[in-house]
Parts: sequence; structure tokens; C-alpha cells
Amino acid sequence: MQSTSVSMGDGATAKLPRQPRMTLHGRQTATAYIFLAVPLLFFLGIRIAPTIYAFLMSLFKNGGPGFTLENYHDMFTSPVFWRALTNTLLYVVITVPIQLAIGICLALMIGRIKRLKGFYRTVYFLPYITSAVAISWVWRLMYDPSIGVLNIVLGWFGIPSQQFLQSPREALLSVSVVIIWQSAGFAMLIFMAGLEAIPKMYFEAARIDGASSWQVFWRVTWPLLNPTLVFLVITGVIGGLQTFTQIANLTGSSGAGLPGGPLNSTVSMVVYTYNEGFTNFNLPFASAVTVVLFVLIMIVTVVQLKVLNRSFEY
Amino acid sequence: MKRPADVGAILIHIVLWLGIVIVAAPFVWMVLSSFKSLPEFYSFDFLPKNWDTSAYSYIFQQTSYLRWYGNSFIVGVVVTVSELFFCSLVGYTLAKFNFRGRGAVFLLILSTLMVPTELLVIPWYVMSTDFHWTDTFWGIMFPGMIDGFGVFLMRQFMMGIPDDLIDAARIDGMSEFGIYVRVILPQVKSALSALGILTFLGNWNAYLWPVIVISTEAMRTLPVGIAMFSSSDNGGLQWNIIMAMSTLAVIPIVVVYFIFQRRIVEGIALTGIK
Repeated sequence: MQSTSVSMGDGATAKLPRQPRMTLHGRQTATAYIFLAVPLLFFLGIRIAPTIYAFLMSLFKNGGPGFTLENYHDMFTSPVFWRALTNTLLYVVITVPIQLAIGICLALMIGRIKRLKGFYRTVYFLPYITSAVAISWVWRLMYDPSIGVLNIVLGWFGIPSQQFLQSPREALLSVSVVIIWQSAGFAMLIFMAGLEAIPKMYFEAARIDGASSWQVFWRVTWPLLNPTLVFLVITGVIGGLQTFTQIANLTGSSGAGLPGGPLNSTVSMVVYTYNEGFTNFNLPFASAVTVVLFVLIMIVTVVQLKVLNRSFEY
Repeated sequence: MKRPADVGAILIHIVLWLGIVIVAAPFVWMVLSSFKSLPEFYSFDFLPKNWDTSAYSYIFQQTSYLRWYGNSFIVGVVVTVSELFFCSLVGYTLAKFNFRGRGAVFLLILSTLMVPTELLVIPWYVMSTDFHWTDTFWGIMFPGMIDGFGVFLMRQFMMGIPDDLIDAARIDGMSEFGIYVRVILPQVKSALSALGILTFLGNWNAYLWPVIVISTEAMRTLPVGIAMFSSSDNGGLQWNIIMAMSTLAVIPIVVVYFIFQRRIVEGIALTGIK
């Protein structure tokens, strides 16, 4: 390479004061921008420009020139939009706390025992890495009211058959169960890492002071897990707001109609975006929905950082 | 030596095994169902009667399943290589170079993290139609070629590399790119493998963008292929075929996962904590 001999010169003279440092700085800047050129082009082209375009597009008329606020007006007066917004918040409120609760219970249990730790961790994490599409279809088969295995299992316990995904009352919960089944292992893994990071002496000190297991957990473990909890809550809520793949595959098909059914009982913001944008081909309207989603994610991130940060200081 | 039995631990093992039943049941049910004939789905038996493999022969003879597998593999590998190369290069530049505008560049890249993919898919779709990228490999792959999270992650790890190492290489006359390849990259192997695993899995399982940009059967990735076949509903859901497709998609990943479980699990934990 051509630059080899030159950079050697710069590196060697860099030890001297003043003037040569300027050239090193200049060279560094040049090298830095050569390295950054293509990646920056990517960031501008596929992230930043499209972000701006999405906001502009939400003001377009579908198929006509000029700007309008009509998309937002139509959206805020559409009952399906409010249904999607409510459902999305329901997904978050249902899935995130349960995922975290299961995750921490698993992490504490596995932390308490000596044998098979690695095995349990591996198995419980497995659902997280498997294809959400394939897994959703498996659950859809298990949920089927007439041929599904779940109703048989319920029958063993004397519970009457349920409609699950085909009932507007049960569908959202049924979808949530699949999401929890798939994601709880992630919470477990991160909690396990968080627990391992806590110095053992804190537990020992608490024990010597005569604290019960219950007290150790609430007074020592839980506060020290705060950063882990913040991370999991934020990633969980943001993930919950973006729920799409499971709903699309559990509820949509040419026989069952658009995903998000029955009667829009499972429709989420992203499913609504998809239906409006790519089934009804109203891309400007769909953009307006994604702008709301964007704002929602922003608010959640900022609020959570503020609220949960408070308890960091001891 | 006698040791008192740890009752608590035994109870925990029992609870954890019950949990494993819940985790494993869908996988077991998927495999069993793929070997049933369609009428058997209506006659509640747990095990298939004849271990019917016709669903599998149907997949290989009547659908483009192998093609979808190949597509997913190509997309996964190319995107992962690109992501690892660009993210580590940018991460290195941001961590170890002093240059005017570094703060601005870093902020610009971080700001992209706040934008959800869902906001971008519509502009990407418009872009792809204008440039005729729809239904091409490039169309499926371009959004993943680099991302802010990867850059941030690599930068975090690169910051820990001592400057002396880089200075010594400069004095030895290595080119700047040579330093990046031969000095820097070996220092962050664990971070690279973690990011690589995450990226590959993410692309292997990706659904939202591929289902939008792909329009012909031949270009489908595995998740899109399974979803489209399953929901096409030609004369009722063909559950045995759907389950066979799911089995073929899931089981190889499960096997690879169990072989490399330590590296995968610890890699993901590592990226989560940073």
C-alpha cells in the first residue's frame, strides 16, 4: 500500500512536539473520512433520508399532488386506529410484566441450584432464537378449536373447550401467550447476567447481618438489578409496541381475512400499518400511523429513562 | 460422607422440568404433526399412526422450499458480512481517530437508533419501486447492510483497546487499513461473533420487510415462503405440510444452537449488557 511509508513517518515524528502533530491530525481526519464514506452514505440513504421522507409522506395525498392533514384527520377519526392503539398498549401491558416476572423467577431458580445450570439456560432460551413465523403456525395449530391439542389438555382438567384465536374476547390474550412463550427466555438470560454481576460479598454481608432470603432479595438483589430491569423494560416495551409477525401469522390468511382479526380484536399499530399500506395501498395514510408509532416509542423511551433513573442513586 | 438432601434444590429442579415441558411441547407437537396424514388431525392421537412422510415429499417436489432456504442463507450471510465489516470499521474510526466532526457523526448514527424499522419500510418500499429493487436480493438486503446498534456496540468494545497497540503498529509501518484488519479486529473477536450471530439470526427470522419487498415465489425467504404457503388456504389449511415446513426451518437452527449454545447465549447476553 502506498500510504505505508508515509504513515510510518507520521507515527515516528508524532513523538516530537508541535508542528508534526498537525499533519498527523490531518492524516487521521483524512483516513477517518475515507473509512466513513461508504457507511455514512448508507446511513444517510437508508436511515436518515427515509425518516424525513416518512414524515413528509404522512402529509401526502394518496395519488395526488400537494400536502394535506387529511391522513391524520382520517386516522384519528377511525375506530380501527383507536382499536389498534389500545391493543398495542394492551400487548405491552400484558406481555412485558409477565415476561419479566417469569424471567426473574427462572434466573433466581437457576442461580440457586448447582447442577444443570447451563442446560436449563440453553433450553429456556431456545424459543427466542426460533423463527416467529414457524412458531406462530405451530401455536395456531395447537389453538385450533376443533383439531387443536390445547382444548384436549384443558379437557383433562375439566375445563370446557375454548375458541382461542377465533374468539374476539380471547384472541389478544392467546397472541400474548405466544409472545411471552417466545420472549421470557431473553429476560431470563439478561437477569442471569445481571445477577452474576452483583458482587457476592453483598449477599454474604446481608446473611451475616441475619437477613432472611426474602429480605436479601428485596433489599439487596432487586435494587442492584435496577440497570438490568431498566434495560429489559425499555427493550420489552419497544418490542411490544412493534408486535407484528406473531399477529400476522396467528390471525391472517385468505380464509380468515386480514391479519388482526377476528373483528380487529388483535390488530396492532404495525398490523394496521401493514393492512393500510400494503393491502389497501394507501401508503401516505400508513405513514401517518407509523409516525404515531414513532412518537409513542420516543415518549416511552424518554419517560422510562426519567422515571427509572431516579432509583439508581443510593 | 453424608450430606443432608437439599429439599429446596430438588423442588426447583421439579419446577424447572415442568417449565421445560411447556417450552418443548410446541416443538414436539410440530414434529409429530408433520408426520401425520391430514385426516389424522381430526382423530386426536398424540403419535402419528404411520409416520407418513408425504408432507416432506410434497415440500421437495411441489414447492420451491429449497430455493427459499437458499435465499434465506444468501441474505443472512451477505448481510452479516456487510454488517460486521462496516460496523467494526465505523466503530473503530469513532473510537480511535481524532477528527473534526467525530461527535456529529456519532450523534447522527446514534439518532438512527430511535427510528423504528416500521417507520422506514414505507419509504424503503417507495425507493425500491423507483429503483426497481423490489423482488431482488439487493432489495431484501439493503436495509440491513449497516445499522446504528452494531456501530455503537463495536465502538464500545474498540474503546477498550489500548492506543499503544495502534501506535506501535503505525511505527512498524502498517497501513491504516492493515492496522484495522490485523491489529484491531483480532482484539474484538468475541464482540464480532456476538454481533454476527445476532445479525444472522435476525435476518434468518426477518419477516416484515421481506414480506413487503418480495413479490414472486422464487425470491421468497424461508419465513415469507412458509407464511405465504400456509395462508394461501387452497382448500383448507394443509396442516401436515405447514408443520413439515416449520420443522425443516426450525430443527436445523435448534441443532446448530445446541452445538454452539455457549457462544450464542453468552454472545447475546454480552450485547445486551453493553
